[in-house]
Amino acid sequence: MTSVAEKSEVGAAETPRPGAARRASAWARRAPLLPALIFMIVVTQLPFLATLVISFMDWNAYYPDEVGFAGFDNFARVFTDVNMRDAVWTTILLTAGVVLISLVLGLGIALLLDRKFKGRGAVRTMMIAPFLVVPVAAALIWKHALYNPEYGLFNGALTWIWGLFGSDNPPQPDWISNMPLWAVIFALVWQWTPFMMLILLAGLQGRPLDVIEAARIDGANNWQIFRSMTLPHLRQYLELGALLGSIYIVQNFDAVFTITSGGLGTANLPYTIYQIFYQAHDYGRASAAAVVVVIGTIIIATFALRTVSSLVKQEAGR
Amino acid sequence: MSASVTDTAPVPATRDERGRPIRKRREGANIWLSLLAWIVGILFVLPVVWMVLTSFHSEANAATNPPAVFAPLTLEGYREFFSGGASPWPPLLNSLTASVVSTILVLLLAIPAAYALSIKPVKKWSDVLFFFLSTKMLPVVAGLLPLYLFAQNTGLLDNIWLLILFYTAMNLPIAVWMMRSFLSEVPVEMLEAAAVDGAGLTKTLRSVIAPVVMPGIAATALICFIFSWNELLFARVLTATVAETAPVFLTSFVTSQGLFLAQLCAAAFVVSLPVLVAGFAAQDKLVQGLSLGSVK
Repeated sequence: MTSVAEKSEVGAAETPRPGAARRASAWARRAPLLPALIFMIVVTQLPFLATLVISFMDWNAYYPDEVGFAGFDNFARVFTDVNMRDAVWTTILLTAGVVLISLVLGLGIALLLDRKFKGRGAVRTMMIAPFLVVPVAAALIWKHALYNPEYGLFNGALTWIWGLFGSDNPPQPDWISNMPLWAVIFALVWQWTPFMMLILLAGLQGRPLDVIEAARIDGANNWQIFRSMTLPHLRQYLELGALLGSIYIVQNFDAVFTITSGGLGTANLPYTIYQIFYQAHDYGRASAAAVVVVIGTIIIATFALRTVSSLVKQEAGR
Repeated sequence: MSASVTDTAPVPATRDERGRPIRKRREGANIWLSLLAWIVGILFVLPVVWMVLTSFHSEANAATNPPAVFAPLTLEGYREFFSGGASPWPPLLNSLTASVVSTILVLLLAIPAAYALSIKPVKKWSDVLFFFLSTKMLPVVAGLLPLYLFAQNTGLLDNIWLLILFYTAMNLPIAVWMMRSFLSEVPVEMLEAAAVDGAGLTKTLRSVIAPVVMPGIAATALICFIFSWNELLFARVLTATVAETAPVFLTSFVTSQGLFLAQLCAAAFVVSLPVLVAGFAAQDKLVQGLSLGSVK
């Protein structure tokens, strides 16, 4: 449907017409796009250009007299800085961990919720709740009301369960100090699983059921149907979930900032850059780090965009 | 497409390959799977329920081990949050202003752009579309410093309008993508019919396009509102006392008030309430919106 519209419109634009009229029509087509495009370029690309310029400068707000050209010094410092390398590694672990775990959980829960049962609407509503809590609020709740070693819900539940069996010596781990990165990952998985589930559930409900019914009559069991029909159908939804999840989780600041304040090896790139800029006031180095992050993101995004591009093509070719 | 389509289909055979009655075995499994679904749902909602419950407990009952689930309820936490120490009203109002105004600006910019990319597509429309998406992949920290310096030099630091401008840019790519996919749903035949009837642009927009895309506009607005309301990093760096938003207030609240768990839970719940209400009210729209409209 879309493709028909596009082809006919594009075709109309390309038919030879008197030059002036054609130019006017082309501008009429472009005009509605321009405000948004110009706005985006001014607000996102100009600051990035400025970041690029600052990344080649010696500029620390604490030493205002020493501002000057630095060449590649800032980049050299970024690449030799152990903290930066740790931050890169943490960002990869955090993003991959959260995306993979929440995708798998989301898939399982979507399959559970795809069946009809009593209270399906209620369970669905319960599942969505984590996604609707403001991220900072969620991070604060996880840190203080759930993970707290003295009165958090987790250790409280352990005390209660141990009490049921007559033991007054329950394990009371300090979750955040014992497993800081996992503490952040769990809190984020809790927030992002509903998102993955929603996308996959939408995918499941678009399955051609007559084909599945036919396969079932032919004697295919549930696992075979899942492996060879449901999973291939869900592939693009899984890719979309992974892509969108990655975009947001790579940039995560709230959870790292709130739960561990970047301590204990949980400082990811956004948090590290925030620190270099906001606490060390080393503008040059912060900018160089940001440029490195952007280059890394562009490399990853090129692959990711290919995925989305296949989605758009599929839509256009429908 | 509707939920009921996926209900378990009638079982064609009554016995499986090993001769056991299929229907019975399936029903048995169904009960366990339903139970599992309920348990998973309860586990996921538990932290939210715990937050709400704790917010209605007294401080003494909020921080106990084992948890005092059935302790008497009180509004103490809320009373302290609203009247003790710094008032949360200015930050809440700032968040509301920033979210609502930036959402309106986003829609004003995104709808014409999406129109140009779908109804009357410009040449190379997909390149333009990907440009928008690529700005979303640009880590926000990459532009933070220049914006901060700009704000510092122009006296716009701690000004809600700078935040509004930034939130508009943050949400515009998503909005363009979503609106484009919603506009693509307008049937070509209807546009052609309107053209044949001699309807002008305004009339076509109002009577053909608007009815189809109104729910899409609502979904887009909802998503933009949620993202603006939730944003922390920029609000933290670019605002101080005057333009402070609710998430920033929440983080400073914990440090300045010390840790009062009931109060913290009350604060977290109040700040999350607008998003919770809007999100529950528009669950289906939320899905469609979050997947940039590409999942239908």
